[in-house]
Amino acid sequence: MDLKKLAETLHPLERKVLPLLTKTSSFNQLVESSKLKDIEVMRALQWLQNKKAVELKEEAKQIISLDKNGETYAKKGLPEMRFLKALKRAPRPVVKVAQESNIDKNEVNVCIGMLKKKAAIDISKEGKSLKVSITDQGKKLLQKPTLEEQFLQSLKKQRTVDELKPEEKFAFDNLKARKNIIKVDKQKTIEANLTGLGKKLVKEKIDSKNVIDRLTPQMLSSGNWKGKSFRRYDVKINVPAISGGRRHFTKVARDYAKKIWTDMGFKEMTGTLVNTSFWNFDALFTAQDHPVRDLQDTFFIADPKNGKLPDKKTVDKVKTAHEKGTAGSIGWRYDWKPEEAKKNVLRTHTTVLSAQTIAKLKEADLPAKYFALGRNYRNETMDWSHLFELNQTEGIVIDPDANFRHLLGYLKQFFKQMGFADARFRPAHFPYTEPSVEIDVLHPVRKEWYELGGAGIFRPEVVEPLLGEFVPILAWGPGFDRIIMDYFKINDIRELYKNDIKQLREIKYWIK
Amino acid sequence: MPTATLNKKVFEKLVGKKLPLEKLKDRISMLGTDLEKIEKNEIIVEVFPNRPDMLSEQGFARAFSSFIGAKTGLRKYYVKKSDYKVTIDKSVKNVRPYTVCAVVKNLKLDDEKIRELIQIQEKLHITLCRKRKKGAIGIYPIEDIKFPIRFLAEDPRKIKFRPLEFPREITGLQILSQHPAGREYADLLEGLDKFPIFMDAKKQILSMPPIINSHLTGKVGEKTKEVFIECSGFELEILKTCLNIIVAAMADMGGEIYSVKVEMPPGYKNKKILTPDLEPKKWSIDLKFVNRLLGLDLKENEMKKSLERMGYGYEKGKVLVPAYRADIMHQVDFAEDIAIAYGYENFEPVIPNVSTIGEENQFEVFKRHVAEILAGLELLECETYNLSNIDNLNRKMNIELPCIQIENAVNIDYNVLRSWVLPSLMQVFNENKHYEYPQNIFTIGTAFKKNKDKETGVEEFSRTAVALCGPEADYTKIRQMFDYLMNCLNIEAEFSEEDHPSFIPGRCARIKIKGKGIAYIGEINPSVLVNWDLQMPVSAFELNLTDLFSILNKQKK
Repeated sequence: MDLKKLAETLHPLERKVLPLLTKTSSFNQLVESSKLKDIEVMRALQWLQNKKAVELKEEAKQIISLDKNGETYAKKGLPEMRFLKALKRAPRPVVKVAQESNIDKNEVNVCIGMLKKKAAIDISKEGKSLKVSITDQGKKLLQKPTLEEQFLQSLKKQRTVDELKPEEKFAFDNLKARKNIIKVDKQKTIEANLTGLGKKLVKEKIDSKNVIDRLTPQMLSSGNWKGKSFRRYDVKINVPAISGGRRHFTKVARDYAKKIWTDMGFKEMTGTLVNTSFWNFDALFTAQDHPVRDLQDTFFIADPKNGKLPDKKTVDKVKTAHEKGTAGSIGWRYDWKPEEAKKNVLRTHTTVLSAQTIAKLKEADLPAKYFALGRNYRNETMDWSHLFELNQTEGIVIDPDANFRHLLGYLKQFFKQMGFADARFRPAHFPYTEPSVEIDVLHPVRKEWYELGGAGIFRPEVVEPLLGEFVPILAWGPGFDRIIMDYFKINDIRELYKNDIKQLREIKYWIK
Repeated sequence: MPTATLNKKVFEKLVGKKLPLEKLKDRISMLGTDLEKIEKNEIIVEVFPNRPDMLSEQGFARAFSSFIGAKTGLRKYYVKKSDYKVTIDKSVKNVRPYTVCAVVKNLKLDDEKIRELIQIQEKLHITLCRKRKKGAIGIYPIEDIKFPIRFLAEDPRKIKFRPLEFPREITGLQILSQHPAGREYADLLEGLDKFPIFMDAKKQILSMPPIINSHLTGKVGEKTKEVFIECSGFELEILKTCLNIIVAAMADMGGEIYSVKVEMPPGYKNKKILTPDLEPKKWSIDLKFVNRLLGLDLKENEMKKSLERMGYGYEKGKVLVPAYRADIMHQVDFAEDIAIAYGYENFEPVIPNVSTIGEENQFEVFKRHVAEILAGLELLECETYNLSNIDNLNRKMNIELPCIQIENAVNIDYNVLRSWVLPSLMQVFNENKHYEYPQNIFTIGTAFKKNKDKETGVEEFSRTAVALCGPEADYTKIRQMFDYLMNCLNIEAEFSEEDHPSFIPGRCARIKIKGKGIAYIGEINPSVLVNWDLQMPVSAFELNLTDLFSILNKQKK
C-alpha cells in the first residue's frame, strides 16, 4: 500500500498519537500530551503497530512505593531511630522511652531487637522492668540518616527494583522484610517507537481536517463532504461477534418437514396431547393386555383419571373388532373393557391423530392424505439417548386404490426430500399395521444404513370400525428427533430441550 | 423385543443348509427378525412379539429353512393316542379355569436340550403368556408320576410341598414370600382363597401354577426320557397355541407326541378335549385381495409357493395354517407373509398419481407468525418440556395453581403437566447464569387445565411466554414488545392494574382483548427471582394464543 493510501486509513486516534511519537516514546507521556484516555492511546498504538508504523515494546517493571506504615515513617522517622533519639538524654526503663517517643507496643520489641543487633543500646534488668541505655555506637548512628531512612526519603519519586544501587538494595531488603513499610507493584510499561515506515508516515498529511471519519447527517445536508476523502478502513479486520433473535433450531427443522408434507399434498392433523386410551390404543387395535399399555411404558393421568368414550356406535364397533373381529378377522378374542379404554394417557404416538381423522372421514373425502408433526410421550428415565418427550412425524394416505408398492413409493419420496437419497425396507411388526415395514435410510455422509421408523398398511380391524369399510390406509411415522440430531450433529437427545443460550445463539441454521 | 439364543451347529443342522455370514445376516433381517450378534457357536436373534413360535432353535430354524427354500411347506406333526388323563376339578373354575396337556416320549435329553427347553418355556412365559398372567407352562418327568392327574384348587395354607430348588417343604402361602419365583409372581395369586395345584394319583403335588413345580416330581434332568407337559391359564385358545409351540419344538428335537384327555367339570363348554391338536387350521384366502393389497400380480401357483416359503400349506383356495402360529387373525396376515416371501427388496416402489391439496393447520401457521414476529425482536426461541413439577410451577413462582399430575412418572422432576409456561423460561434463566446478559427469550408451548366439558376432562392451551433478563429488563421494555406484537396482529388490547403473586405489585397488568383476559405482563417479583437463584431483574408476559386465535377468527368474520 502506498503511503498516501496508508495515511488515509488512519483513524482519528492514530492521527493524534502519531505526531507525538516524534517527541516521546513513553506511553504515559503520550497519554499526557494527547489528552486521550489510556485505552484510546493503546488502541491507536496497536492499530499503528498492525500497520507496521510503530514498534511496541512492553516491559514489566517492579515499582516500589510506600505502604501504610512507610508513609508515616517517611514523615516521622523510623520507630527505632525515634526510640534511640529519645534515649539519648539518659538511660531509662523501656516503657518510659516508648511513651516519650510515641511508639506503640507492637513496635517496641522490634525496635529493641533491631537496636540490639546494631549494638546501639544496652539492656539491664532493674527490678521487674527493663532499663535501656544508649551506646557509643548508638550515638554514632544518630549523627547521619541511616541507609533505610535515606531510602525511604528517595521513594517520594517513583523507583523501580531494577535501578537500585547495592546499598539501596540492602535497605530495600531490610524494609521489605518489615511490616507494611514498602510495597512492590508489578507494572507494565509500554514504549512505542516509530519504524522507518512510521517516520515516513508522519511526514504525510495526517491532520484530520480533510479526512472524514464518519459520515454524518449534517455533512449530507451541508454538502461539506465534497472534496474531502474518507478514512480508509481495514476491511479485513475481525469485528466483535453479535447474535440475533431466532427461532429454535428444532422448530426450523419442523417447518422444513411440514413444507415437504404440504408439497406432497398432505393436510395437517393436530390434536391434544392428553387422550383416552380408546383413541391411543383401542381404536388402533392394540389389545388391552398389550405390554405397551403397562405403567412402565405409558404416562397415565392421575386426575382426571378417566375420560369419556366417543359415540356408542364407534365404541361398539371397536369392541367387536377386539372381541370377535370384524371385516373377516377373528379379533383378539377377549373381554374388552370400557374402563380400560377410558383411562387418560399422554399420547404415545401421533397415530392417535390418524385414528381420530379417519373416524371423521366420509366417503366423498377420498382419496385423502394427512400428516402430523408433534410430540409424543414415553415414561422413560432420561439419558443421552432416551427422553420422555419425543417428536414424531406421521403421514397417512386413504385411497381405495392404494397398495403396498405405493407405500414404499411414498416413503422413498418422503425420505428423499428429507435428504436421504436412498431408503430400504425390512419386514417389521406393529399391532395396527399389516403388512408392516421398517425403514432404513442411507446416511448421506457416513454411507451407513440407519433405522428411521416404521410404516405399514392399517389393519382392517383398525379401518373398518372407524371408516365403515376397509380401505387400504398407508401409514408411516418416523421419529423426527433423530433426523434433527443428525443434522445438527447432536449426540445427546437432551440437548434438544437444553436451551443453552450460547448454543441457541451460535447453532447453524437448518438449510437442506 | 424378545430374543432367542440359538446354538449355531444345532441351528444349521435343523435348517439343513449352511449360509455364509453376510447372507445369513441378510436373510435373517429380511425374514422380519433381527440378528443381534453371532459369537462363536451362538447366534442371538430378535423376534417380533407376534411370532412366539420362533423363539426357540427349533422354531426359528423351521421358519428360516422354509424362507431360504431349504425345506418349504407345511410340516406334519403326528400325535399318538394314549390313555393319559387329566381331570379339571370344579374348584379351579374361578381361580384358573383351564389346562391343556401333552406327553412327549423318546426324548434324548442332554444339557443342550434341557437349556433349550427352559429357554422356550421362559420366552413363552414372557411373550404369549404376558409374564405368566395369561398362562403358565409346567414340564415334569413322567417316571415319578402316576396318572390320572387332577387339576384342583386348595386352601394355600393346606398346600404343602417342596418347591423346586428349595431345601424343605413349605405351604403354598409361604412359597409366595419365601421362594424367589414365589416373590416374583406373588401378585398373580395373592388374595385368592384357593391356589391351583396339579396332583397325581398318588396324591403327590406336582406344581402350584403359575409359580413353581415340585422339587420331587417336577425336575427335568438328563435321565428324563418322557415328560408330561401342561399349560394352565384363562383362555383356552392361547393355552392350546402355547402347548403346540412347545410340543412342535420337542418333536423337532426328536420326541414323539402323545395326546392327553382333559376332562372338564360341569359348567364348561366341553365335557372333554383331546390335547394337543396339531392339525393345521384351514383359512380362506382371496388371491385378488392379496394382489390388490400388495400391488402385485401373483398367479395362484406363485402365491402357493410364497405361502410354502413361510411354512404354510395351500390347497384349493385354502391356507393350511400350522397349529403353532399364534398371530393369524385375518388374511392380511397371509398377505404380509406372502410379501416377506416375495422379498421386500423385490417390490418396485410406485408413486401413484393422486392429486390432493396440501395444507398446514391454520393455528399452526398463526403460531409460526407469532414466533417470527418475536424472533424479529431479537428474542431467542426456547423449546421447553410440557412436563414439569409443582416446585417449579408453584412454589418458586409464589403461586398456587391447580396442576394435573401424572400417575406413574418415573422422573419426579417431570411429573406434572404444566399449568403455565413462564416457569419454563425462568428455568432457562436459572440454567444460563454463566452467559452474558441481557438474555431475552420466548417459548411457545402447551399449558393444561381441568375442564369437565372436554373428552378427557383436560383442556389444552397454546401459550407463549416472553421474558427479558438483564440489568435493563423492566416494564417498559416488555410492554414495548407486547405492543409491537399486538400491532403486527392488528389487535387492540386493554390494560388494567391487577396484582399477580409472581409479579411486583403495581407493576403488573392483566391484558384483555374484546373483554377476554388473555395475558399477564409485568416485572417479576424479586422474591421469585431469589427462588430461581437469579441476580438479574426479569420482566415478562404470558399470552394465551389459543384464545387469541379464536378472537382473531371471530374478528375476521
